[in-house]
Amino acid sequence: MTAVMEKPEKADEAEAAGTATTAGGAPRIRRSMVVGVLLLVWLLLFAVLRGKQTLSLGAADLTGLHRWFNDVNDSIGASRDSNPLFLYFFNEIRLVIDNLVTFVQGLISQPTGGRPVPQIGWLGVVGIAGYVSWAVGNWRVALLAVAGFTFFGLQGLWQESMDTLALTLSAVLVALLFAIPLGVWAGLSDRVNRTVTPFLDFMQTMPTFVYLAPMTLFFLIGPASATITTVIYAAPPAIRITAHAIRTVPQSTVEAGDSLGMTRWQALVKVLLPMSRRTVVMGVNQSIMAALAMVTITALIDAPGLGKTVVQALQSLDVGTAFNAGLAIVVMAIVLDRVTTAAGGREEAARRSGSRFRAWRRPLLVAGAAVTAVLVYLSHTFVWAAEFPGEGGLGSSIARAADTATTWAQDHLSGLTNAFRDALTNGLLNPFQALLTDSPWWLVGAALVGLGVVLGGWRAGVTAAVCVGLLVGTGVWSDAMTTLASTLVATVLVMVLGALFGVCMGRSLLVDRMLRPSLDAAQVMPPFVYLVPFLALFGATRFTAIVAAVVYAAPVAIKIIADGVRNVSGSTVEAATSAGCNTWQIITKVQLPMARSALTLATNQGLIYVLSMVVVGGLVGAGALGYDVVAGFSQGELYGKGLAAGLAIVLLGVMFDRITQAAARRTRA
Amino acid sequence: MTPIQTEVPQRRGTPQDSDGTPVISVRKLWKVFGPKAEMVPQSGELCSLTRRELMERTGCTAAVRDVSFEVSPGEVFVVMGLSGSGKSTLVRCLTRLIEPTAGEIVFEGEDIRGADARRLRDLRRKKFSMVFQHFGLLPHRRVVDNVAFGLEIRGMGRAERTRRAMEVVELVGLAGYENSYPDQLSGGMQQRVGLARALAGDPDVLFFDEPFSALDPLIRRDMQSEVIRLHHEVGKTMVFITHDLSEALKLGDRILIMRDGMMVQCGTGDELVGAPADDYVRDFVKDVPRGDVLTLRWIMRPAQPDDDLDGPELGPDVVVREATRAVLAAEKPVKVVEDGKLLGIVGDEEILSVVAGQTGGA
Repeated sequence: MTAVMEKPEKADEAEAAGTATTAGGAPRIRRSMVVGVLLLVWLLLFAVLRGKQTLSLGAADLTGLHRWFNDVNDSIGASRDSNPLFLYFFNEIRLVIDNLVTFVQGLISQPTGGRPVPQIGWLGVVGIAGYVSWAVGNWRVALLAVAGFTFFGLQGLWQESMDTLALTLSAVLVALLFAIPLGVWAGLSDRVNRTVTPFLDFMQTMPTFVYLAPMTLFFLIGPASATITTVIYAAPPAIRITAHAIRTVPQSTVEAGDSLGMTRWQALVKVLLPMSRRTVVMGVNQSIMAALAMVTITALIDAPGLGKTVVQALQSLDVGTAFNAGLAIVVMAIVLDRVTTAAGGREEAARRSGSRFRAWRRPLLVAGAAVTAVLVYLSHTFVWAAEFPGEGGLGSSIARAADTATTWAQDHLSGLTNAFRDALTNGLLNPFQALLTDSPWWLVGAALVGLGVVLGGWRAGVTAAVCVGLLVGTGVWSDAMTTLASTLVATVLVMVLGALFGVCMGRSLLVDRMLRPSLDAAQVMPPFVYLVPFLALFGATRFTAIVAAVVYAAPVAIKIIADGVRNVSGSTVEAATSAGCNTWQIITKVQLPMARSALTLATNQGLIYVLSMVVVGGLVGAGALGYDVVAGFSQGELYGKGLAAGLAIVLLGVMFDRITQAAARRTRA
Repeated sequence: MTPIQTEVPQRRGTPQDSDGTPVISVRKLWKVFGPKAEMVPQSGELCSLTRRELMERTGCTAAVRDVSFEVSPGEVFVVMGLSGSGKSTLVRCLTRLIEPTAGEIVFEGEDIRGADARRLRDLRRKKFSMVFQHFGLLPHRRVVDNVAFGLEIRGMGRAERTRRAMEVVELVGLAGYENSYPDQLSGGMQQRVGLARALAGDPDVLFFDEPFSALDPLIRRDMQSEVIRLHHEVGKTMVFITHDLSEALKLGDRILIMRDGMMVQCGTGDELVGAPADDYVRDFVKDVPRGDVLTLRWIMRPAQPDDDLDGPELGPDVVVREATRAVLAAEKPVKVVEDGKLLGIVGDEEILSVVAGQTGGA
C-alpha cells in the first residue's frame, strides 16, 4: 500500500553501504551452479529422510513458549491497573487516544451526549467534505467527495463509513503530529536520519497484522488500540517522504539564502518548508492511504467500521455484503486519494490560472464556510438532515447483484477456475510444500542458510541462520514452512507477472499509460477487498489466499521492473539494435540483464508484500501461520500460539528481506 | 568586444597604487577537505606535495592552497581556472559559506574568520551578496518577492522592501516581469533575478560564482554587457569566478589564474597575455586575439639612434588594435610616451607581428 516510491532510494543507500559484500569477482555461473548443487543435495536427502524430525505441531497443541506467552498475557491482564508502567504510560496513552477517537466518533458517527444521533449529521458531513475538498483542492474533487459521501449513505453504510473515517482521521492526525516534525528533523540532520531509517525499514517490512497481537496486549482491543496500530503503520511513509522532501531541496537555493545571511530558522521556514510543501503533502496522502488500509484491517481487533462489516461477511461467506462494504472502502480510498493529490497541486494550478481568480477566492471561501455552517447547523438540529434517509436500497441491490454474479461465476466458471486451481495446487504448491514441511527441520534450515550465503554473502547467511534458529524456537516451524511454500509460489507468480507486464510497460509508453492507473488502483485498494471476488471464484482454500497475495503484490513488482527496463539507457538499446538484435534478444540480452537490480528489488518487495498478506489469507482458508494468528485473536488459549506465529511471519520477512537485499547489492556491485 | 582599458582606464596596474586600502585582502588562504585537514597547512612537508600525493598520504583534498590577493574598491577581480581548480571553493571561503582551513581574510579592516555567527550573518545581510551559477531562486515566490528575499531576511517591512525590490527589478531590466514566477522565465532572465536579488541589499561587494556558465553564448554576452553596465552605474566591487578566459578578459580589471588550488598568476589581462608566468598560462592565452589585449607597452622597442623621433605620440596603455590604423598610417614610427617621457617606439613591423598573429611582442 505504501513504501513503493521510497524503496529505490533505500536501495541506493544500501549500495553505498554495501560494498563490503562484493562478490570478489566470482562469476555468476559458478553461483548458479552452487545453488543447483545445493538444491540437488536437498532433494536427495529429502528422499531419504522424508517425514523425520519435521517439528509438526497439531492445530490445538501448544509449546512451552506459547503457554508462557499466554501466562504473560494473563498476568498483564491481571496487573493492568496496578503495574506502574501500565498505570502511568500505556493506560495514559490509551486514555488520550480513546478520548480523541470518541470525540471524533461523537462528531460524525456515534450517538453522544444523550442525543440519539451524532453531533453532525450526514448533511453537515457531506457539506464539510465538499467544502474542505474545494478549499484545499479544486471544485472537481469537491464534487467527487460529495458524490462519494452521498454514495455511502445510499449504500446503507453511513455509520460504518463514518466510523472508518473517524478512526482514519484520528490516526492520521496523531501520526502527522509527530511524523512531520520528525521527518523535518531527519531531513536536516544526517545523524537523525541514520538513526531513524532502520526503524522505519523495520516498521514497514513487518507485516501489518503482526502489530495487532502485541498492541492488544498493551492497549486492549477496540478503537484505541486500532488507532495506535494505525498510527504506527501510517507514520513511516510521512516521516520518510518529509525527510526526503527536505533533503531534495536544491543545495544551491539554500546556499543562496545563506549568502544573504539567513538564520537556520529562516532557512527552515522560508526556504525548506515552502519548497518541500508539495512532496510533504504527498507524504500526507501516503499516510492517509496507509491509515485507511490499516483501519479496515484492525476490524480484527474489534475496531468499528467498514472493515468489521467485511470481516463478518467473510466469516459467513456472505459475498454480497462483503462486496458492498468493500466498494465503500474503495470509494473512500479514491475520494481521500484524489482530494489530497489535488491539494498537493493546488497552489501551482492557482498560480497558472492567473490573478483574476485569486481576487475572488477569499470571498468565495468565506461564503462557502457560511453555507457549510448552515448545513452543519441543520444536520445538528433536524432529524432528516442527521440520519441518512432511506433504507440503503442501493446497498442491497449492489449486494444482490454481487451475489448473483458470484453464483453465476460459480456455476459457469467453476470448471475453468477449479482446473486452474487444481493444476497449480497439485503441480506446484503441493510438491513444494511437501519438500519444505516433510524434510527434517535441520535440512531445510541448512538449505536456507546455504542459499543465504551463496546469494547474499556471509552476513545474509548469518542472518538466515539466526532467523532459522528463532523460527524453530517459536514452535510453529511446520506451519511456517507451509506458509513459506505458499509465499514462494505466490512470489514466483508475482515475478512472472512482473516480468511480463513490466517489460511491456517499460518498452512501450502506451502500455504504460494504459496499465498504470489500474495498478495504482490495485495498490490503493485495501487488501480485504481482493478477497471477495476470489473467494467466490475459488472457494476458501490456500489457493484463494495465494491469488489475493499475488494481486496485492504484483503491481509493485510490475512498476519496479517497468522502471528498471525504462532506465536502461536508450543508447545501449540503440547500439544493440544497430548490431542486429531482434526484439527478443534485446529484451533477454540487454534490457533484463541491465535491469537486474530492479528485478532483485522487485523480488524483495514482492516477497514482503506477499508475506504481509499471509494473515489476510488466514481468513479465507490459507491455514498455517495466517490461521494461527487469526485464531489467536479469537481464542484465549491460542493467544500465545498466535503471537508466536506473528513472530514467525516477521522472521520469515526479515530473513528474505536481508537475503534479497544483499543479493540486490551484489548484482549492482 | 570592448577592451577593458576604455572601461576603467584609471584602474590599470596593481591595486595598491589606487586610492585607498583594499576592500578584501586574502593572505595564505587554505581550504583542505578530509580527515585532520587542519594539519596540512601547518606542515611544511605536506604543503609541498602535489594534490595527488597529498591524497595518497593523508586522504585529504586541498581545494585552495596558499592563495593571497587583494581586491581594491570598485575593482572587478576575476578568478579564473578550469573545473576542479578550486575557484568556486575560494569564493565561498571569502564569505565563509565554506569554512576556510587556514589563512586570513580581511574585509574592510575586519578579520572575517574571527567573526561569530551573528556578525557573519550581519555581514552577509549588509556587505556581501552572491550570484550563483544555478541561480538558487525560490520557485514558490514571484520575481519581486525573490528579489526582496534578502531584505525580508533582514526584517525590512513589506511595503519598503517591495518598493526597493521594484527599483532593482527595473535596474536589471526585468520591469513587467515582477509578478512572474521563476519557472516562467528564461535562464538569462532568471539570472537577472539572481543579480537583482544580490543588488537589492546594496552590498559593498558582489560575488559572482560562474553566473553565466549555464546560459547560451548569446545570452551570456548580453549578461556580460549587463554586468559591465551595472558596474558603471553602481560601481560595486566585484569578485567574479569564471572558467571562460574571454569572459575574464572582458570583465576583469585583474585576473587571478588558479590551477589545482594554487595561484598561477595574478595580473591584468595584458600582463597575462604579454608575460605568461608559465606554460600553463601560456597555453591558456594562446588563442586570445593578442591585438585586442596587448597594449603598446608590450610591443614597443627601445628607440635606436637611427630612428626617426618626430612621428606621432601615443600612450603606453593604448591597445594594439586601436593603435594599428594610426601606426600604419604614419610615415614614421610612433613614439610611446608617458608623462612626457619617451618609453619606446612602435613601427609597422611590431604592429603587424601582433595583428598578423605571429609570435612577437613580448
